[in-house]
Amino acid sequence: MTSVQIEVLLQTVISGIFLGGLYALLGIGMTLIMGVMKIINLAHGELMMVGMYIAYALFSFFHIDPYLSIFIAAPALFLLGVMLQKFLINPVLTVESILPENQVILTVGIGMVLSNLATIFFTSDYRSTPVEYATKAWYISDFWKGSPIELSISFAWSVSFFFAVLITALLWFFLAKTDMGKSIRATAQDTDAALLMGVNVKKMRIITFGLGAALVGAAGCLFIPIYYLYPDLGGQFTLIAFVITILGGLGSTVGAIVGGLILGLFESLTATYIGMGWAPIGRFVIFIAALIFIPGGIVSLLKKQRFG
Amino acid sequence: MLEIGHIDVFYGDVQVIWDVSFCVKRGEIAALIGANGAGKSAILKTISGIVRSAAGKIVFNGKEIQNVEPYRLCEAGISHVPEARRLFAEMTVNDNLDMGSLKGNAKKDREQTKAMVFDLFPRLKERRNQLTGTLSGGEQQMAAIGRGLMSKPSLIMFDEPSLGLAPILVREIFSVITKIREEGTTVLIIEQNVKQTLAIADRAYVLANGKIVMEGTGKSLLNDEYIKTAYLGV
Ligand SMILES: Nc1ncnc2c1ncn2[C@@H]1O[C@H](COP(=O)(O)OP(=O)(O)O)[C@@H](O)[C@H]1O
Ligand SMILES: [Mg+2]
Repeated sequence: MTSVQIEVLLQTVISGIFLGGLYALLGIGMTLIMGVMKIINLAHGELMMVGMYIAYALFSFFHIDPYLSIFIAAPALFLLGVMLQKFLINPVLTVESILPENQVILTVGIGMVLSNLATIFFTSDYRSTPVEYATKAWYISDFWKGSPIELSISFAWSVSFFFAVLITALLWFFLAKTDMGKSIRATAQDTDAALLMGVNVKKMRIITFGLGAALVGAAGCLFIPIYYLYPDLGGQFTLIAFVITILGGLGSTVGAIVGGLILGLFESLTATYIGMGWAPIGRFVIFIAALIFIPGGIVSLLKKQRFG
Repeated sequence: MLEIGHIDVFYGDVQVIWDVSFCVKRGEIAALIGANGAGKSAILKTISGIVRSAAGKIVFNGKEIQNVEPYRLCEAGISHVPEARRLFAEMTVNDNLDMGSLKGNAKKDREQTKAMVFDLFPRLKERRNQLTGTLSGGEQQMAAIGRGLMSKPSLIMFDEPSLGLAPILVREIFSVITKIREEGTTVLIIEQNVKQTLAIADRAYVLANGKIVMEGTGKSLLNDEYIKTAYLGV
C-alpha cells in the first residue's frame, strides 16, 4: 500500500468508528426498550428527529449550541417517552385480547404522527445548524510535525463521538451500579421475579421508555451539527437502530455497542471503497447476514466464549 | 400470621384451586405437600399477588392483602423464593442479593444481611462476582434463598427448594430452613419431598387436585397410613 492508500484507509476507519459511536447510542436506546418491554420501538428514529428539531429550534431562535441542547432535548424526550408509554403503549399492553404485535404497530403510528407534526411546524425543508466549527478539523501534522502520513479529524465529529462515549459510560454506570439500573435489568430478565423483589414493574417500563427516548434525543443533538435534518429522516434511523439491535442481540447493551461500531465501520468502508450511495445496501447485507449466521446476535457469540 | 380463606384460583378458564383455606402461625414451619400439578405453586403465586384469586381472602398480619399491588408485599414482610429459583441469570450473585433488598430497612441493613447470608452459605461468598446463570443447581438454590432473606422478611415462602438437588444438598437446604425459623422467621414451604418436609414441619396440609384433603402436625401426618401409602411409598 502506498501512503496515500493507508491514509484513505485510516481516515475511513476513523470516520467509521465515530459514526459507530453515534449508532451505538441510537441502538442502546432501542435495545433497552426491547429488553424491558419486549417490543420493538419503530418510532425510535422519529424520536431522534424530534430531538434534532429541538436542537435546531434552540439554535435558530436562541443561538444555543447543539451540544448544549443535549441538556434540554434529553429531558424533553424523556418526558415525551414517559407520556407515550403511559398514555398510549401501556393501555394497549394491558388489553389482553390484543396480540403483542399491536404495540409494535402502535409505535409505527406514533412515528408517522411525529414526522407529520414536524412537517406542519417546520415544513419539509432541509435544515441544519450552521455552527462556526462546522468545517474545523484537526490535522495530525499539527500535533506531530514529522508524521509520515496526514489525517484530518473533523472537530464536530470528534466532539459528537466524545459525547456519545461519555453518555454511554454514564448509562453503563447507571445500569450496573445503581439500584434503579439493576431493577431495570432485572425487569428485562424476569418480570415476575422482579415483582417478587418489590420492583414496581409498570414504573420501570415507563422509565425505560423515557430513558430510551432521552438517549436517542441526545443522539439527535450529536447528529445535527453533522447531518441535514428533515421530517422524514426518522425512518432511516429507525431502520439503523433495528439492524443494530438484531446484530447485537435483542436486549443486550454490550451487543448494541459492538453492533453500532460494526455497522458504522462497515458503512464507512462501503462508502469509501464502493461508493457513497451503497451504504444503505451494505446495511441491508449486514442485517441479512446477522439474521442468517448469528441469529442470537453478537452477544450470543460473546456468551459462548465466556461459558465455553 | 397468614390466613387464607376460601380462595378459588383460575388459570384462564380452568379452575386450579377450589375453596382452599389454611393458616400459618407466627414462628412455625408450615408445609403444603402434594403431587406434581396439585396446585401448590398456584397457591404461593396467589399469596404474592402474581396470580389473582377469583374469590376468597388472604390476611397477613391482620390486613387483607389479596388486592394489594404485588410489588408492595415484599416491603410488607413477605418473601417468596420461587420454583426453579428464577434468579436474574445475567447478573452476579452480589447484584441478585442487592435486588432482594431494595426497600426501607432492608436497603439500610443490606451489607449486614449480606454478611449473614454469606455466613449461612460460604459458597456464595466465593462466587459473589459470578453470574448466577453460570452457577451449579445447588449454588443457584442457595443464591435464591439468600436473595429471599435479603428483604428481612417476617414470612418466607419456599416453592420446592429441594427440586433437582443431590441428596446431600437437599439435607443442607432443609437444615438451613430450620435455622431460618430458629432465627425468628416464619416459614411456609411447599414440597413434593414429603418425608423430609413433614419431618421439619410444625403444621402441614395435603393438597390434591386443588383442594386441601388433610391437615395435621408434621409428625401425625408422617405416621398416617394414607400418607404412608399415597406419598411415602411404604
Ligand atoms: N401458566 C399456566 N397456565 C395454565 N395452567 C397452568 C399454568 N401453570 C400451571 N397450570 C396448571 O395448574 C395446575 C396447578 O399447577 P401448579 O400450581 O404449578 O402445581 P404444583 O406446583 O402443585 O405442581 C396444574 O394442573 C397445571 O397443569
Ligand atoms: Mg409447582
